[in-house]
Amino acid sequence: MNTQLLKLQELQVFYHTDEGAVKAVDGVTLSLAKGERLGLVGESGCGKSTIAMTIMGLIKSPGRIEGGKILLGEVDLTKLSEGEMRRLRLNQVGLIPQGAMNSLNPVSRVKDQIIDGMRAHNQQISKRELRSRVYEVLESVGLRRGVARMYAHELSGGMKQRVCVAIAISLHPQVVIADEPTSALDVVVQREVMETIGQLQQQLGASVILAGHDMGLMAQFVDRLAVMYAGKLVEIGPVKELFAKPLHPYTQLLLASLPGLAQRGVFRGIPGLTPSLVHVPPGCLFYPRCPRAMEICSQEVPALREGDGRQVACHLYDSEVLT
Amino acid sequence: MKSVIELRNVTKVFGGGKSSTVAVDDFSLAVDAESPPIKALVGESGSGKTTIALLMLGFILPTKGEMLYKGQNFQRLSRRERRMFHREVQAIFQDPFGVYNPFYKVDHVLDIVIAKLHLASSRAERQALKEEALRGVGIRPEETLGHYPHQLSGGQRQRVTVARALLMRPKFIIADEPVSMVDASLRATILESLTKLNRELQIPILYITHDLTTAYHVCDDITILYQGSIVESGGVEQVIKGPKHPYTQLLVGSIPWPDPSRRWGEGQVAVVDRESTGADNQCKFAPRCPFVMPICRERRPPFFQADNGHAVACYLCEDKPVVEGGKIGPC
Repeated sequence: MNTQLLKLQELQVFYHTDEGAVKAVDGVTLSLAKGERLGLVGESGCGKSTIAMTIMGLIKSPGRIEGGKILLGEVDLTKLSEGEMRRLRLNQVGLIPQGAMNSLNPVSRVKDQIIDGMRAHNQQISKRELRSRVYEVLESVGLRRGVARMYAHELSGGMKQRVCVAIAISLHPQVVIADEPTSALDVVVQREVMETIGQLQQQLGASVILAGHDMGLMAQFVDRLAVMYAGKLVEIGPVKELFAKPLHPYTQLLLASLPGLAQRGVFRGIPGLTPSLVHVPPGCLFYPRCPRAMEICSQEVPALREGDGRQVACHLYDSEVLT
Repeated sequence: MKSVIELRNVTKVFGGGKSSTVAVDDFSLAVDAESPPIKALVGESGSGKTTIALLMLGFILPTKGEMLYKGQNFQRLSRRERRMFHREVQAIFQDPFGVYNPFYKVDHVLDIVIAKLHLASSRAERQALKEEALRGVGIRPEETLGHYPHQLSGGQRQRVTVARALLMRPKFIIADEPVSMVDASLRATILESLTKLNRELQIPILYITHDLTTAYHVCDDITILYQGSIVESGGVEQVIKGPKHPYTQLLVGSIPWPDPSRRWGEGQVAVVDRESTGADNQCKFAPRCPFVMPICRERRPPFFQADNGHAVACYLCEDKPVVEGGKIGPC
């Protein structure tokens, strides 16, 4: 994987509140290859949506990028002005937002919402071409042409989510960020939407970042999985290896808490709560909940150690060579 | 069998004239009081799950058919009996954020119940009751009492609503999508407290969800709903491991199993336009069904007995005996 399309380097995003800075994303380094599907998984409040919004350049006050770079090709997105970011958004990075139920404009027809983006990026485009492009993107997400004339309330949840997908890919971006795209949908519709996203990703040759907390969906969809905990990455690896042999205790617990078909009626939640991100305790942030905590864990922050495509941030592997 | 609540051939129509919607269509379900089960009611959005919950809670009345509470018609209950009903039948709703008033401490939801039902005569007694209820659902009272809702995690908040339901010493709990808005890592804890209630306090539970994986883990038997009607019903092992109805097969085939080597089956059931609804005299699933036969378009399928307690409304099981009188399920 030499063609790295998108690189996050030591990215830090803080929200400045009255009680102090909330370190929502604290030193995340991550790369996305061309055509790759990357999963970003973690509990609510771990910073996955913040990363998605930061890449889109949509972090608003009180949130601020405190450090690090986001490289899209050679361009550092954190350095761009709002005007430059506008030209890039949708054109090169598209977002499929969380809760499509509420992200469409209720008083505007579907076609106008798709046209909005196209026109903003290309003033010269003719009406006739716009119309044919609208039909084209709607058909590419498996919707009828008639949907173009409808309003959001006339569509079912799955159809609304498809319209959001259509908008996100309308200008053929290189990177598509999907932030919990199916969290409110039932399994059949979820599968349809994810398969649509998957097919489009292959046709366009785009890369996808899928943020969410559903490990099942990750297992079905992504190539590589990054596990986040309290604003930091704890583990990254190819999805098959990560599921087969999770290294970080948090990943292990996360996988163990999932219901499988094997043993019925066994529940294992992860005890404890996520730490406060304002007064960040020293040492590993997972230390208070970790079943394998050691003395060093309360003092030193474990570094993300690399080895053979897998990375883990845990003191358990300090002396080992990762294989 | 004695049932706490029974819906008998219930139909619920919303609206009238041309724009009426049949939300629930000839639906029957009985919840056993003696060996209390956890029953799952599974279906996609718009299949009528929540309407059934509202019917069972007595918030809306059926258009046709009747609801029985301890064998009596709900609509003929006296005022006192109806009060009793509202106390004994409790609900846990989907959104653990929406049920709290953010200006009150979480104690408030428990205090109201204690005050209204005169459960405690002194402050100390009230405190003891609250603590007991919270421990019953596996949370430490000192971490929750005296806190505001926003200070608790989604899992804790949802479990406080379970504790509230518990205070009333309910005879039946309806849990409408109790974990769909809670983080995956916290779901297990809530489901665990629900199963504990069922096993230890012998409270029957109706678990309404679209998530087959959790239903599989929590429930004893399962009823699959499609556009307001039951398509399949039976023991959870029978239905999920050996689904007979094409719709159930589609549902089971779409579960995102947390296992990368087990990918979604490739388009087992074609997805036809969702709006298409079967006409009155045909199987509702016929327009989407890949195995559709001429008979499916002529008559509604009755329930066939696939196994002991496993009923399927599909002509693919025509060789099996027909269930008499609509008495389905393992009861």
